[in-house]
Amino acid sequence: MIAYIIRRLLYAIPILVGVNLLTFALFFVVNTPDDMARMQLGIKRVTPEAIQKWKAERGYDRPLLYDGTAQGTDRITRTIFFEKSVKLFVLDFGRADDGRDIGHEIRTRMGPSLAIAVPVFLLGLFVTVSFALLLAFFRATYLDFWGVVACVAMMSISSLFYIIGGQYLVSKIWHLVPISGYAGGVDAARFLILPVAISVVAGIGSSTRWYRTIFLEEIGKDYVRTARAKGLSEMAVLFRHVLKNAMIPILTGVVVVIPLLFMGALITESFFGIPGLGSYMIDAINAQDFAVVRSMVFIGSVLYIVGLLLTDLSYTLVDPRVRLQ
Amino acid sequence: MRDFQVQAWLLLLAALLSGCGEVWNNPYPTQDGGRNILYSAFTERPKHLDPVQSYSEDEAEFNAQIYEPPLQYHYLKRPYALIPLAAEAVPRPRTVDAAGRDVPADSPRVAHTLYEIRIRPGILYQPHPAFARDAAGKLLYHDLKPDDLKDIYSLRDFPQAGTRELTAEDYLYQIKRLAHPRLHSPVFGLMSEYVVGLKEFAETLKAEDKALADSGKKNAWLDLSKFPLAGVEPIDKYRYRIRIKGRYPQFAYWLAMNFFAPVPIEADRFHAQPGMAERNLTLDWYPIGTGPYMLTENNPNARMVLERNPNYRGEAYPDEGEEGDRPAGLLADAGRRIPFIDKVVFSREREGIPLWNKFLQGYYDFSGISSDSFDQAVRISVEGEAGVSPEMAAKGIKLEASVGTATRYFAFNWLDPVVGGQGDAAGRERAKKLRQAISIALDWEEFISIFANGRGIPAQGPIPPGIFGFKAGGAGINPVVYDWADGAPRRKSIATAKKLLAEAGYPDGRDAKSGQPLVLYLDTTDRGPGDKPRLDWYRKQFAKLDVQLEIRGTDYNRFQEKVRKGAAQIFVWGWNADYPDPENFLFLFHGAQSRSKSQGENAANYSSPEYDRLFEQVKHMENGPARQALIDRMLVILREDAPWSFGFHPKDYSLHHGWVANLKPNHMARNGLKYQKIDAARREKKRAEWNRPVLWPLGLLVVVLAASAAPAALGWRRCEQSKGRAA
Repeated sequence: MIAYIIRRLLYAIPILVGVNLLTFALFFVVNTPDDMARMQLGIKRVTPEAIQKWKAERGYDRPLLYDGTAQGTDRITRTIFFEKSVKLFVLDFGRADDGRDIGHEIRTRMGPSLAIAVPVFLLGLFVTVSFALLLAFFRATYLDFWGVVACVAMMSISSLFYIIGGQYLVSKIWHLVPISGYAGGVDAARFLILPVAISVVAGIGSSTRWYRTIFLEEIGKDYVRTARAKGLSEMAVLFRHVLKNAMIPILTGVVVVIPLLFMGALITESFFGIPGLGSYMIDAINAQDFAVVRSMVFIGSVLYIVGLLLTDLSYTLVDPRVRLQ
Repeated sequence: MRDFQVQAWLLLLAALLSGCGEVWNNPYPTQDGGRNILYSAFTERPKHLDPVQSYSEDEAEFNAQIYEPPLQYHYLKRPYALIPLAAEAVPRPRTVDAAGRDVPADSPRVAHTLYEIRIRPGILYQPHPAFARDAAGKLLYHDLKPDDLKDIYSLRDFPQAGTRELTAEDYLYQIKRLAHPRLHSPVFGLMSEYVVGLKEFAETLKAEDKALADSGKKNAWLDLSKFPLAGVEPIDKYRYRIRIKGRYPQFAYWLAMNFFAPVPIEADRFHAQPGMAERNLTLDWYPIGTGPYMLTENNPNARMVLERNPNYRGEAYPDEGEEGDRPAGLLADAGRRIPFIDKVVFSREREGIPLWNKFLQGYYDFSGISSDSFDQAVRISVEGEAGVSPEMAAKGIKLEASVGTATRYFAFNWLDPVVGGQGDAAGRERAKKLRQAISIALDWEEFISIFANGRGIPAQGPIPPGIFGFKAGGAGINPVVYDWADGAPRRKSIATAKKLLAEAGYPDGRDAKSGQPLVLYLDTTDRGPGDKPRLDWYRKQFAKLDVQLEIRGTDYNRFQEKVRKGAAQIFVWGWNADYPDPENFLFLFHGAQSRSKSQGENAANYSSPEYDRLFEQVKHMENGPARQALIDRMLVILREDAPWSFGFHPKDYSLHHGWVANLKPNHMARNGLKYQKIDAARREKKRAEWNRPVLWPLGLLVVVLAASAAPAALGWRRCEQSKGRAA
């Protein structure tokens, strides 16, 4: 197992280098260092000297990927890509293009992101798995039919509609919770109820259909028929046997997103004024802040790789037949 | 166990509801209810709060309440007038020759202009750890070791704070910071052309900075006080002098900007200590000033909080304004000590919908008006007067409308072979007539009506109303585009435009020689579905002349690059005034400011020797009939050459609740918070009235969930009790 984990972690290195290279290429196809300097320095009264100075201070005056004027390894190392990428691997994110500490920002914003993402994840999982089991239980009945219709309808609606509609009804018309904002501590609950509820509801349609399909596939297997033949109650069949055996496909979709909860939700955070990492990413893209964008993409990649690794490990926990070599 | 769980849930619910107070949707802490706090919102996080770098309006919203440059704009008077702020009086510039002898301002022997500024004694800085001293008088936090900063993440984490009196040296220190090699002052380039020795001073600092880096002290504190700057000198503790090359009357306006606000050397040294920048403990994050407010919370992701500066000396509310201010109640507090408001909370709102709804609920005291909410908020009377809608009026919401000191326009690139001003005389004449024809065809009145909800006035030239040089009425119209008829400007007919087009060599929109249709190109960053109506409108305007308009949508960076390189043919652009002087608009056509040649602000790359000559005269003149005459001549040249199709001067509409008083739009000054006042008790009452929780949906939700679950529960039960399952 340990050897497997080490091997997987080593595989991650070229993947991260590749992701970094891709982010770098995509970003600099759209933005040149001059564009970034202008964005930071403003539109009015920006002199070419000021742009040059800004770039030199941040190392953006160097070649992007290859320095033909340098000698030896300097041709590769004295480039923007190398200098900006290597430190990421020791989690030194450096400073944003406006001079602010990225690590500090990430640490500060992780809390609000998790405050919304964790409840959405847990509650959403509970609600959708329960609902899917219910539909599987009532398969081929009118309840199943209308349940699936409701799911299809819900997954057809844009998440933005849920957000705007939810804010309009719950906050504007019924005055039950604040429309947007955030506070620390227990007071955060008032601000989180609505975005959490909306995010859970918005996710019910697609997740329930997915889980229902998994459960229905399991329900048709021989061991379920055997369990029923033994006289087990349907509750016991579903929760003790079907749910357990359906865990592999569920875990495939669920465990991988656990680390990504840190990354926040882009639109939800923006509309509800949650100062998390999702809104940080949006701000960085709008400001063409490469330092932040590459840091966030790098963290996202690392977390995704960790998520995949955890998924593989979780298989061994729910299915003793699985061996990692 | 079950009882305990129920009790725990009830306790949590009670805790949540107790936090809500009388209303449940209040986004602010209950204990702040009824307090003298102003609530506002911001959409973009400020990039810079260091007064040497900060230049945008959203940053000025904070900095202008904190820093005190020598001068400020009168809050109520129009046209805009400079009055003292930290200075005792508006300085009267002295002009001297090369030998230092006084000479008249209009003398050709003028070598320098001297601004001698005396600041008021007794002004104190806000409490700040940079000033904290121990019993022996030694600065407490100026020799910090990395370990000392272990638990420090904000200025509030320093247990001690101190203050000191503002001195003339602080102003000089800030002027020196304009040339700091590690800072990026957007006005350094401009100021180095005027402040004597600033350019050389920058070179000195650069060399010193390099020497520090070479000696292994990279980023160590650069003590600017050790290096003299020829153009600034202290006279005594409260007086200093700035020496300007030649004449630059507009310099007084710069003295009302934060680039010339004081920065104490202690703060610069304090923030330069190792470890500070890594914790965001910088002047760019924590402004330090002598103004009415100080920044006590800087969380640009969520909220920024200004609180009353306990050391503020106090100012008197103005006792005079313009006509109409007294009936409007704007002079009711004349002579009273300001500021009136204790605390200002700015909350970050990235999206317009929550911001607007929270304003309607009374949780923001002001709001702008987006296009989406315009119809809900504003009614235009048959006379064309804007007022609030009945819905807004019922809530006591008031509208403030004012014409901004800005101009939006279509620019014709002077370097372009078709629409520009290059080539031989005949070619230039043809291009001029083409530009004039397009200027007539572009119906800005319609544009304002459709796309700006009537918020703008068609421009007759670059200078907006309220700025010297602008003329209202028939004398101020652009005779190339308008006729004066029945007491109002009337746009010339399309027939006139077509005639000009034919004279330009494009009868019926086709090249007279080749017969090919005339195709022009508009570069724009508008590319989204929401922009299509506007782009279609542009095409329609050109189609009136049978000219095809090709839209070249591009991202912002490429667009900027094309304009910079002079590769865009026609583009839409705008300018907001830095200061209320016509020079700040007329310089946009100065040849030396050509964007493609010198990266200046003349985006159209317009060039006219006569105009340039007049500009050199006008920029140094005091306002008066002589200056007006020259400006009139310059406007004649511009209107005839038509390097821009002068679009419109936008009108700013903003809403505020009835409990906010003393609010008057001021497009030059951003330090208006100190004059404003709120009736917090009235606001509290209205909030409670407008936000009573509606509880029946909660009951309905329970019923719906129960009704939905019932068939399932029944079915489940039936299934569990059945003896067999259907195949």
